[in-house]
Amino acid sequence: MALRSASTQLLGRAGLLPAAVCNAFHRCMSTSDKFSVEVLPFKAHRIEPPNNVVETSIDELVGMYELMYKMRRMEIAADMMYKAKLIRGFCHLYDGQEAVMTGIEAALTKEDAVITSYRDHCQHLSRGGTVKEVMAELMGKRDGASKGLGGSMHITAAFGGRGGASKGLGGSMHMYNRQANFYGGNGIVGAQIPLGAGLAFALKYQKKPNVAIAMYGDGAANQGQKYEALNMAGLWNLPVIFVCENNHYGMGTAEWRAAKSSTFYTRGDYIPGLKVDGMDVLAVKKSMEFAKAYALEHGPIIMEMDTYRYHGHSMSDPGSTYRTRDEISTMRQERDPVERVRKLLLAKGYDAAAIKAMEKSVKKEVDTAVEESKAAAIPPNEWLWRNVYVAPANMDMRTVEGTYVQPTYDPTYSS
Amino acid sequence: MDSNDKALVFGEDVAFGGVFRCTVGLLERYGRRCFNTPLCEQGIVGFGIGLATQGYTPIAEIQFADYIYPAFDQLVNEAAKYRYRSGGTFTAGGLTVRAPYGAVGHGGHYHSQSVESFFTHVPGLKVVVPSSPAQAKGLLLSCIQDPDPCIFFEPKMLYRTSVEEVPVGEYTIPLGQAQVLREGADITLIGWGAQVHVLAQAAQAVADADGISCEVLDLRTLLPWDVQAVTASVNKTGRLLVSHEAPLSSGFGAELVAEVSRRCFLRLEAPPVRVCGADTPFPLVFEPLYLPGVERVVDAIRATVRF
Repeated sequence: MALRSASTQLLGRAGLLPAAVCNAFHRCMSTSDKFSVEVLPFKAHRIEPPNNVVETSIDELVGMYELMYKMRRMEIAADMMYKAKLIRGFCHLYDGQEAVMTGIEAALTKEDAVITSYRDHCQHLSRGGTVKEVMAELMGKRDGASKGLGGSMHITAAFGGRGGASKGLGGSMHMYNRQANFYGGNGIVGAQIPLGAGLAFALKYQKKPNVAIAMYGDGAANQGQKYEALNMAGLWNLPVIFVCENNHYGMGTAEWRAAKSSTFYTRGDYIPGLKVDGMDVLAVKKSMEFAKAYALEHGPIIMEMDTYRYHGHSMSDPGSTYRTRDEISTMRQERDPVERVRKLLLAKGYDAAAIKAMEKSVKKEVDTAVEESKAAAIPPNEWLWRNVYVAPANMDMRTVEGTYVQPTYDPTYSS
Repeated sequence: MDSNDKALVFGEDVAFGGVFRCTVGLLERYGRRCFNTPLCEQGIVGFGIGLATQGYTPIAEIQFADYIYPAFDQLVNEAAKYRYRSGGTFTAGGLTVRAPYGAVGHGGHYHSQSVESFFTHVPGLKVVVPSSPAQAKGLLLSCIQDPDPCIFFEPKMLYRTSVEEVPVGEYTIPLGQAQVLREGADITLIGWGAQVHVLAQAAQAVADADGISCEVLDLRTLLPWDVQAVTASVNKTGRLLVSHEAPLSSGFGAELVAEVSRRCFLRLEAPPVRVCGADTPFPLVFEPLYLPGVERVVDAIRATVRF
């Protein structure tokens, strides 16, 4: 599925190459023409891997670049807002890992379900959310993805997309989007994995041609509930793709210190797996297309994405007490996922000025989102008691004073 | 760690010092006796119980109390019952589990929870909560030396904000004993952990403004709790206010109020009152509204005294 924006389409159709060169070759390459790119070969466990040649087009790459660049700028803005204390709470940034979610989206539709951990701001974007919804949620504003109720780890977009993520109720870890089948955004490590198996069961039960993507990290890979989920998925042939985003550190503990086996793609034992270069969006896309086809026909598969986070575990973690600054800067110089796509576009003759224009427009979008979020309102106090229960019956919800309020149920948060 | 070579410290990220720097320097001084575990709370506690039955003194850290639930089964069904069910053959008594708990200003749902009341309901465990650095040292050492499995909840808000002179050298504070922080005549205020400081502020506020004299008790150990000290205090003042961050319904305050009501019924001048967190998940933006802050405690003190 190609990701597009109106401005880039226009630029694309205007032609890639400067006029003089166009004339020389008599014909310009159309931006929708396919060409092949070689990626690192996949490592496979109990399965024949796909070949490492990926078909793409300028159009698709431009769309991917825009999304990844937007993710990057958004996370950088979140970093600044956190340091300015406009974002409070715990905030786990995704910069460095953009290729993983972008590549996954390239292989999926919004009918496929996605569930992930607390490092979920960019998943909200890729599932169709806006930077404003994410920013507002992080700042705990009612226009946020979870109405400001979830915060960073619990981003959700609601009902007609009005307002934002979790209405400021979830915060950074809790972003959700029902229309796009994005189930969040989960603060507790590994808790989302069995949930993902459940999502897949429902899809299979309804005979939908869709898969569930259950994302988790190398730290979560050592949780017991992951193995419970793998067993159930394998036993019932559930169409679930377990995506291990291996950024090599669980909080401050390197993978080799936490896991007997850090070949995460093999740890499903009887469940096949692939290891993918997670810094290469095209490799991710190819592997996920393969995985979706496999999951729909056969059942679960594990995808280990070899990726990296530039920031620490969260904004409370400097990220330098357990790894060297050299390692981080080397990764930035040699394997940055956003830069890789940019270089590829330029190599294919895409106009550098067009890229700059798009980057400028993305920066503006992010800046605007930040300003609007700063100005937005926080959720009203009544929302503290909203939606704890659907049917409180005769329950009086006891407040902090020991007085009573009637808890209310209103999923639209219309008042 | 010096006096007991069977003492081990382990948990997530403890080797580099821990996310709250509680274990800084232990790796350097004690080497392999301080080690990181994978991210698996159920495994961490179960593993610790196994060690304890072999006579070791495992001190296991759960990184935030909000993450203790995968280990709930191990604590309730294994640690608490090992001696009882084996007729004394084995014990998990050497186990101490430490976990940062409580509000920190911006922790949201999963970095702020007060989980003590889940565990005070489990015969076989001990539940301890310090309110200051000096308390923390003495109480933790007591827990480590205690022959029963102990859970030690550290109020994370106080890691940075609480500054105190702490005696060097080894000392213990007895478990099961409350401490009177402020003597008073009109009402007994009971709390633990960070909330004790809120009560202290409220007590000063009503002394200044209304001339109300509050007695403030820091419970310190919740299971078993100091019935003697509490009833002695309520018998003196005739009024009780209990305050905790955890939600009101079925919080540990309910146990205190029920027992005091029975034992001090005829002495009570007013119904015992609880000033607690709201009956909702711990919110992010609503934290100041949710928490039992000084204003709410002051209001409740005045209402109770004027009953």
